[in-house]
Amino acid sequence: MPRADDTSVREIAEAVARRSYGKLVAFLAARTRDVAGAEDALSDAFASALVDWPASGVPANPEAWLLTVARRKAIDASRRRRTRLESADHLKLLADEVDAAASSATPIPDDRLALLFACAHPAIERGIRAPLMLQTVLGFDAAVVGSAFLVAPGAMRQRLVRAKSKIRQAGIPFEVPEREELPERLESVLDAIYAVFSEGWSDPAGSEARRRNLAEEGIWLGRLVASLLPDEPEALGLLALMLYAEARRDARRDAQGEYVPLADQDPAAWDGAAIAEAEALLLRASAIGAIGRYQLEAAVQSAHVVRRRSGRADWAAIERLYDALLALTGSPVVALNRAIALAETRGPAAGLEALDALARDARLRDYQPYWAARADLLARCGNGAAAREAYERAVGLEPDPAVRRFLHERRAKLQH
Amino acid sequence: MQYMLLIYENDAERVAKMDERMPFCSAYVEVMKKAGIYVDGHRLRGADSAATVSVVEGRTHVLDGPYAEAKEHLGGYHIIDVPDLDAALAWAARCPSAARGRVEVRPVWPL
Repeated sequence: MPRADDTSVREIAEAVARRSYGKLVAFLAARTRDVAGAEDALSDAFASALVDWPASGVPANPEAWLLTVARRKAIDASRRRRTRLESADHLKLLADEVDAAASSATPIPDDRLALLFACAHPAIERGIRAPLMLQTVLGFDAAVVGSAFLVAPGAMRQRLVRAKSKIRQAGIPFEVPEREELPERLESVLDAIYAVFSEGWSDPAGSEARRRNLAEEGIWLGRLVASLLPDEPEALGLLALMLYAEARRDARRDAQGEYVPLADQDPAAWDGAAIAEAEALLLRASAIGAIGRYQLEAAVQSAHVVRRRSGRADWAAIERLYDALLALTGSPVVALNRAIALAETRGPAAGLEALDALARDARLRDYQPYWAARADLLARCGNGAAAREAYERAVGLEPDPAVRRFLHERRAKLQH
Repeated sequence: MQYMLLIYENDAERVAKMDERMPFCSAYVEVMKKAGIYVDGHRLRGADSAATVSVVEGRTHVLDGPYAEAKEHLGGYHIIDVPDLDAALAWAARCPSAARGRVEVRPVWPL
């Protein structure tokens, strides 16, 4: 085996970690139901690799090497926890299985889908599902996950620990649900993946590498699920939706770093390859013939992308799609987007009327896009004073400085 | 639960650009008031206007300037009343100063 210097060994170990971390955690956790134990075992194995590989060379099958080392640790941990009687057979089985997986030439079984289903199990609190996926499948630490979801690192660490011990203690299964259960259970997996993506997407400048990374990780998870469940239209729909959005990332900023809203973006600045991939996915999904939230949302994006050819978004289609989405989800954010579409198809007064119907919804009270949309429609209806007030609220609610400046300037223009 | 958001940023810049930044700051305070969570808050004069008092072994010392020599100083604060730390962090992230310096979030410890 070739000798490698420390730097390149570290690079190889990091590359293996990146590629295989989730797979190895999933393989071990699916057999022990002990996610935290699997993570500990693997981080020990990676630490051993950094000591061992520079001396004896990088093994021919690094994944198998890591799994064998991790197995010892995982079994030790598991042995400590279980009673002697029930553990012996089980641990023997695990050891055999790990050895078989590590020694065989065939790839280690991919249990990441089972791990994703465990993370998004209905018994796991909704808000912790996406953070749990980031940590177990991608190996993000609690501080990074906490920052991404705006939770203090200490609190995030505790919540992750609690969720993992719930998986173990409640006996949450590591398996892809049966046919009849699958759509509902898949929905919570997809929701958590979309939550990962959305956190990254909400940094339009892409100036925070950490969050831009999250959008990419969301797409990566979406690809994983779409490749492991190629006949699930919603999995394809979610991947399409994320690709459509990602295609517009760079177009959201001009050369000076100022915010450019969708309506003012130059379609030529959108990523054509990502859009083509999204269109193909959406087409494949619709051929399966089971509509759902993510396909509808992806279809909305597709109707916006029409601008590349016709110069105008297909607002009539967008309105119909939001009607369907509203019937499906009852979400106030969907109702808001539907009102924005109405303003295009039937005029700003109709849009404003639809917004008025939402005015009492407490979930929109501190939601910046609601106030920005309201301000825009009020201005278009000639009510400058009310528009200025609504813009002011949008400014106060917006965390992104560039978007804040944009809204502030819109407001200032109304005064002259 | 009450939390104090302590705003730290480059003091000279904060004071110099106050006029330009005030509309954003007012809009931020206004939405907190509308959300019914705002308790109190103020901006502070520049750190160079500070004087610092301490009593050591019965002797009073007064120093010119702020407590610590630093580029970033306390420039103001808000006290908000929200259900938990997550909610406080979400409001802190909207503070315009968070994009320029940092906003420390601390639970108030009632006397």
